[in-house]
Amino acid sequence: MVESVAAAAPERGLSRARRADWTLPLLIFVAFAAVPLFGGAASGSYILSLVTRVMVFAIAALALDLLVGFGALVSFGHAAFMGLGAYAVGILAAHGIGDALVALPVALAAAMLFAWVTGIVCLRTRGVYFIMITLAFGQMAYFTASSLAPYGGDDGLTIAARNTIFGFEVLRDDRALYFVTLACLVGAYLLCRAVVGSRFGRVFRGARENPVRMAAIGFEVYRYQLVGYVLAGGLGGLSGFLLANATEFVSPAYMSWQRSGELIIMVILGGIGTLHGAIVGAAAFILVSEWLPEGIYQLGALLQIRSVSDFAEHWKIVFGPLLVLVVLFARGGLIGVGRRILGRSGHE
Amino acid sequence: MSEPVLRLQGLRKSFGGLVVTDDVTLDVQPGELHAVIGPNGAGKTTLINQISGLLLPDSGRILFDGADVTALPLYQRARRGLARSFQITSILAGFSVIDNVALAVQAHRGSSFRFFRAASSEEDLNRRALEALREVDLAHRADVQAGHLSHGEKRALELAIALAMEPKILLLDEPMAGAGRDETARLVAVLQRLKGRLPMILVEHDMTAVFALADRISVLIYGRVLASGAPDVVRNDPQVVAAYLGDEME
Repeated sequence: MVESVAAAAPERGLSRARRADWTLPLLIFVAFAAVPLFGGAASGSYILSLVTRVMVFAIAALALDLLVGFGALVSFGHAAFMGLGAYAVGILAAHGIGDALVALPVALAAAMLFAWVTGIVCLRTRGVYFIMITLAFGQMAYFTASSLAPYGGDDGLTIAARNTIFGFEVLRDDRALYFVTLACLVGAYLLCRAVVGSRFGRVFRGARENPVRMAAIGFEVYRYQLVGYVLAGGLGGLSGFLLANATEFVSPAYMSWQRSGELIIMVILGGIGTLHGAIVGAAAFILVSEWLPEGIYQLGALLQIRSVSDFAEHWKIVFGPLLVLVVLFARGGLIGVGRRILGRSGHE
Repeated sequence: MSEPVLRLQGLRKSFGGLVVTDDVTLDVQPGELHAVIGPNGAGKTTLINQISGLLLPDSGRILFDGADVTALPLYQRARRGLARSFQITSILAGFSVIDNVALAVQAHRGSSFRFFRAASSEEDLNRRALEALREVDLAHRADVQAGHLSHGEKRALELAIALAMEPKILLLDEPMAGAGRDETARLVAVLQRLKGRLPMILVEHDMTAVFALADRISVLIYGRVLASGAPDVVRNDPQVVAAYLGDEME
């Protein structure tokens, strides 16, 4: 049915679909922009820093969705890019260089360089091998960071102050950092949207579907995948730059394989290959893991069952199966579920 | 005779102990439709794979458009105008029909390292893609998702993708494979229209189609060229009849 409509009025069918595609992302960004207006307006508020964290991870998840969802490149080392971006901020700060004008380009360059060098190797492989080798490079970065004794080694590195911008301490205010992070998220999203639909993106997506066909029409698929990988690495670096500023601390844990796994879960949870799904997934993952222990405790208190309250510290036993359920029963992730609910009510 | 567009010289390929291409020498003249026929396992697809660059021959040379392309990878040969279709349909099932073809146009028109402008609204690419789709009578299905096409339509799409590459030669690996009788007739009509404009190598099992289309036929048996010549000559060659056509024509 969709086909016949599209065939009859291709122009209109496409533009309508495109408009619908913008509604949810717009709602998401408006919601983010509204958060400081309610409750958490004060600098130093819990909500503000929590949602900043959500947006920081959303940027990294967005970049990962570019690889996984549009290139079928399941990178299990994505946290390394975040870590590199964060360490760029930390190490520069340790040497007294605290301006974003230096730290941000260095963070991006470090992450993109790492993506380029490792990508040259990783992209020679496919499927499970690609997953394993990106994991290996990620762990390499992790252990390298752990061994950086001058910069805290295993314990990580506390950053004295957030980055200045042109020497101004703009980011000291949590709200300013919040809106800078939001602007970065919106920018990253628009960039990814444009790239996916561009000439480059069409080749990148084509390589996911059928690399042999792409080569047979004249594309050296590998070059496009490498550029995509470097782009995703750069966005990971941006996310790391923001993370370091948000937490004022960097640690090897930022690069651990668990973190890379969490990013993959965020992408799957939200809905692969949708971009805004990655944002929803990051929000759901972080907010649920943040509030689930408290929720279990409160439930126990409400039911006046001590053992339920005590169970709060084992919240991951609830969280794990919850994720499995979403992956099993909500094909297309949370975005897919939302679309199905809306789609059904829309047609009746 | 004029300079051939494509010339294979002593091509040889074996997989382990099995020789699948055994000293194959043949050429394609400008505008010529050169059919390659032979029983299953004769090495026809392996031959096409070597010409297109999906496989490298063990020895021998492939000369295309005045240059030695023997060692070039698939994508570079495609850039030079060697366009192929696949026996097993190879399209981007998740893309719309027109995007499948527009990608082939894009590969040969300007850089694809452009990151911002929406590719699907590039008029020049779409117009050329539609032209190619019109050639194979598929323009009315331009906005359908390619995976939803019927089998025969997918075969036509394969052809449109090859045409959109602005090829100097078409390598058609069983373009009618699996198509029904009507669909086959339609595809033969399309090839009939293209004939003369473009040189082609046609690998096909449908003998009616082959004899209707071919200017020259080479018969491949166990990787060797058993006979090569005009359709009438090949049809009456006692060796060919004994080895292959005997079963096929009855």
